[in-house]
Amino acid sequence: MKTFKTIFLSVSLFVSLVFTSCSKDDNPTPQQVIEEEVITTVTTVLRNGTQTITLTSRDVDGDGPTQPVVTVSGNLSANTIYTGTITILNETVTPAEDITEEILTKGLEHQFFFQAPTTLGSFTYTDADSAGKPIGLSFSYTTLNAATGNFTLVLRHEPNKSASGVATGNIANAGGSTDAEVIYPIVVQ
Amino acid sequence: MFKVNWIVLLVFLLCVNGFSQNTISGKTSSQDLLPLAGTHIHIGKKSTSSTSNGTYSIKNLPNGTISVSVSYVGFKTIDTIVNVIGNLNLNFTLKPNTAKLNEVIVTHLETSVTKSVLEKKLKIATIEKYSNQSLGDVLREVTGVSSLKTGSAIVKPIINGLFGSRVPILNNNVRLEDQQWGTEHAPSFDVNSAGKITVIKGASGLQYSGDAIGGLVIIEPLSSKKDTLFGKTILNFDSNGRGGSLTSSLHKGNLLGFSWNAVGTLKYMGDRTAPKYVLSNSGSRESNFTGDLKFAKTNFDVTTYYSFYNAKIGILSASHIGNATDLYNAIRNQKPFIVNDFSYNIKNPKQEVQHHIAKLNSNYFINEATTLSFQYAFQFNKRLEFDVRRSANDTPALDLTLTTHSGNLDFKKMWHDWSFKSGFSAANQRNVASSFTGIKPLIPDYSKLDFGWYGIANHRFSDTFSIDSGLRFDYSNINASKYYLKSRWTERNYNTQFNHLIIGDFGTEWLVKPKFNFQNVSGSIGFLKEFDNDFKWYANMSLATRNPNPSEFFSDGLHHSLGTIELGDLGLQKEQAIKISTTFQKKWRYFQLEVNPYLNKIQNYMFLKPTGFETTTRGAFPVWEYEQTNAELLGIDLETQWNINKNWLHTFALAYVNGHDVSNNEPLIDMPPLNVNNKIQFSKKEWHELLLELKSDLVFRQNSFPNNNFNTNIVENGNLESVLVDISTPPPSYHLLHFYSEMKFKTFKSGTATLAFSVNNIMNTDYRDYLNRLRFFASEMGRNLQIQLKINY
Repeated sequence: MKTFKTIFLSVSLFVSLVFTSCSKDDNPTPQQVIEEEVITTVTTVLRNGTQTITLTSRDVDGDGPTQPVVTVSGNLSANTIYTGTITILNETVTPAEDITEEILTKGLEHQFFFQAPTTLGSFTYTDADSAGKPIGLSFSYTTLNAATGNFTLVLRHEPNKSASGVATGNIANAGGSTDAEVIYPIVVQ
Repeated sequence: MFKVNWIVLLVFLLCVNGFSQNTISGKTSSQDLLPLAGTHIHIGKKSTSSTSNGTYSIKNLPNGTISVSVSYVGFKTIDTIVNVIGNLNLNFTLKPNTAKLNEVIVTHLETSVTKSVLEKKLKIATIEKYSNQSLGDVLREVTGVSSLKTGSAIVKPIINGLFGSRVPILNNNVRLEDQQWGTEHAPSFDVNSAGKITVIKGASGLQYSGDAIGGLVIIEPLSSKKDTLFGKTILNFDSNGRGGSLTSSLHKGNLLGFSWNAVGTLKYMGDRTAPKYVLSNSGSRESNFTGDLKFAKTNFDVTTYYSFYNAKIGILSASHIGNATDLYNAIRNQKPFIVNDFSYNIKNPKQEVQHHIAKLNSNYFINEATTLSFQYAFQFNKRLEFDVRRSANDTPALDLTLTTHSGNLDFKKMWHDWSFKSGFSAANQRNVASSFTGIKPLIPDYSKLDFGWYGIANHRFSDTFSIDSGLRFDYSNINASKYYLKSRWTERNYNTQFNHLIIGDFGTEWLVKPKFNFQNVSGSIGFLKEFDNDFKWYANMSLATRNPNPSEFFSDGLHHSLGTIELGDLGLQKEQAIKISTTFQKKWRYFQLEVNPYLNKIQNYMFLKPTGFETTTRGAFPVWEYEQTNAELLGIDLETQWNINKNWLHTFALAYVNGHDVSNNEPLIDMPPLNVNNKIQFSKKEWHELLLELKSDLVFRQNSFPNNNFNTNIVENGNLESVLVDISTPPPSYHLLHFYSEMKFKTFKSGTATLAFSVNNIMNTDYRDYLNRLRFFASEMGRNLQIQLKINY
C-alpha cells in the first residue's frame, strides 16, 4: 500500500512539474533584428571638371540570395585624371545608414584596394588615417588610352597596413578580412 | 517489434538448458547487513556480480576443491577455498577496508547500461591526466573515438565517425543541453568533475535517449558510500600556452545520512604555439564548480546537485575571413595572416559560455530488488559569440539563451534472472536568440517539448549467456519563430510548400512560425555469450531515430570561419539508423584482444553539401545546404594489451571507419582517417610507483573524401582570374610521440602526492588535422611540456 502511495505521489508530482513548465506561452514573437554589419551599397563617384561618372553596386538583401546590381553611369575619357570618392551604405534599414563616416573615423582598421588591368590606368590614394597610412575613401584615378576592363574595389577590415607594398595599394600582403568586394565594368574611350 | 522480442527471448529460454553439476549461490552484504550490489564473486574459473539485493549464483561448477574470491571496492577481499560436492549456499559479509582511505571510490549502483555492448570506461586516473584539457580530449583515450576540433580548445567527441546531435552526453544522468548541434560548440563540461566516463558506441542506451546514432557519453561524478572524508588538489602547468589549471575537490562519503561532494576548477591559458608561429588569440579561461548533497536512509535517498561551467575561449585571429577570396588566400599561404607576439589576452573572435545545471533526484528502494527513481533537472545555457566587427566590438554577434527543464521517472526491478527497467521522461526547452546583436541569428527562437517512454529487459539464461532488449518511444514537438528574408524564402522554394507558416509581413522579411511534430520508435536487442576460456562475444543491433536539430532546419546565414553561407531546410525528414555491432574479447594469460567491427546504415543522413554560389557586396560565397542521403558507415575498432612482464605493458589500438554516401555514390565528408596507437609502459612499484609511458599516434591521410572544391574569381595583376579553392583535400598523415611519467610520494598521514611530467608532441611535429575546422588557417599545437602535481588527502 505504501508503495502504491509513493508511486502515485511521485507520478503526480512529476506530471504537475512538467505541465506547469509547459503551460506558459512558449512561443512569443521575437523582435526583428536591425542589421548593423551589412553593407548593401558601394558607390564610387569619379569627377573631372564637369564630368561625373557614378559607379554603383547595390545588393538590397545584404547576405541574401539576390545578386548585387552594378550600374555605371557612363564611359570615362582617355588620359584623364579623375578625383574619386567612395560612399558606403546599409540600405536594409530606413533611413539608410551611412557607413562612410564610420570607416573614416576608424581609418586605422580599414583600407580600400583598387585593382584593374594596367591598360585601365592607375590609382593613387589621396587620404590618410591618423598614422599617415592611406584609407582610400578618396583617391585619384588616371586613365590611359581607350580600353575596357573590370575595376575591382576591395574594402579590407583590419589589414596589416604596414606590410610591404600595402601603403601603395598592393593587396597581396594585406591580410585582414574582406568587408566589401565589388566589380565595376569600365569603358575608357 | 516488442512482441517479436519476447518470442525470441522465449525461444532462447527453451533452447538453453544447463549441463548442471553444482551450483553455489548466496548473498553478499556489508557488516550492517545491507545487501551489496555489484560484488565481484570469482569461483574457480567463473565469475559473476551480485544483483541489487546482494544475491549471486554460479552454476556448472565441478566437484572438488575450488578457490573463492569475493571483492567489492572499499571492502576487504575474502579469499578462501571450498570443497564442492553438491550445491552450496555461501553468504559473505564484507568488512570495510579502512586502511586505504586515500583510495578513490566510485559508486557503482548501475553495473552497466547494456550487457550486449561492450562499454568502454575511463577511470579517474585517466581523467586526471587530462585535468587541464577538455572532455573531447580525454575521450580520445577510447578506441574509435576521435575529435572534431575548432582550434585547440574547442573539442567535440566523434564516436565511430559521428558527432554532434548524434552523440548525446549525459552528465550525472542529465542530458547536456547546450548548442550541441554546432560544430564549434564544445560540450559545456569540466572534466575534473567526472569520476567515471562511459562510452557506448551505438544507440543501445535506450534509457537515456533514442537518438544516439553515433553513441552515448555517460559521465558519473565521484562519490563515496563509505564514511570518510577525502579530497584532492591537482595543479597543472603547461609550457604551450604558458598557463595551467588548479582543481580541488572534497568528498564526504556516507552509506547512510548526509554525504556531499564539491569540485572547483580554474583554468588560465594564453596563446598556444604551433611549431613555427604563435596561434594568436587561442587562449582560454575556465572557472567551474560542481557540488552535491545527498541524504540517504535505508530505503530511500535524496540528492541535490548543482554545477556551473563558465568558459571564455579565444578563436584563432587568422580564422576570421570575409569571403571566398580570403579563404583562397589563407589556403594558398599555408601560414596564418595574423601572427602576433604571445599574449594572454583574448580578443574577438571569441566565445563566452555559461552553463548551469541544478537537479533534484531521489531513489526509493521499494524492496531489495525494486527501485523507483525520480529526477528533475534544470539547465540554463548562455552562449555569447563575439566576432570581429566594423563597429560595436563589445556587442556579441550571437547571443543565445537556452533553458531546459527535464524530468525522469525510472523504475527498476530484479526478478530471479531477469532485470527490468522502464521509465518516462519529459523535457521542455526554450531557446531565445537576442535581437540586439545587430546580426541575424543563425538559430532562431524556438520551444521544444519532448516525451519519452522506454522499457528494457535483460535475462540471464545461464551465467554465461544473457540477452537484453529494449524499446523506446519518443514524441517531440518544435515551435519556432523566425524572420526569413523574402528573397531567401522564394529562393528556397518555401513559397510552394510552407506559405501557410507565414504569420506576418515585415518589409523585406516574412515572420514565420514553423511547427514540427515527430513520433519516433527506437529499439535495441543483443546478447552476451561468455565461453569458458575467457572469451566473450557481444552482439547488438540497434535502431535509432533522430529528428533534425534547429541548425539543420533553420540555419540561414554566413559562417565566418569558413566563409560559407549555410542554409537549413524546413523540409528535412528524421534520420534513422540501424547499427549492427559485435565485439570479440579474448583474454590469455598475458595478452588480451578486443575486436569490434560494426555497420551503421543511416537513412536520411543529414549533412552539409556545397550547392552553389552567392554573390553579395562582400564578395562571393560558396553555399552549403543541409541535405539528406542514405549513408553507410562500416568500421572496426581493435585493441590489444600485452603484459610483457611485471614491469612492462604494451597496448595497441586501431580505429578505422569508412563512410559512404550510398545515394550519391561518394565518400562522406569529415570521416576520421585510420589511426593507430601504440603505447609502451614501464612501471615499478618499489620506485615510488614509477610509471613511464611512451605513446605513438599515427594518423593516416583520409583518402576517401568528397570533392567539394570550387572556383572563385580573384584579381591577379589587375585581371579577374578563376582559381580553384581546395577545401576538400585532407592534410597529409602525421605521426606524433608523447611521453608521460609519474611518481607517488607519501605525505602527511595517509596522503599521497603524485608528481607527473609529460611531453606532448615530443618531436614538435608540424601537422594539420583533417577534423580541425581551422586546418585551412594554421597548424596544430606544437610541443607541450606539462608538470602535474596531485595531492590526495
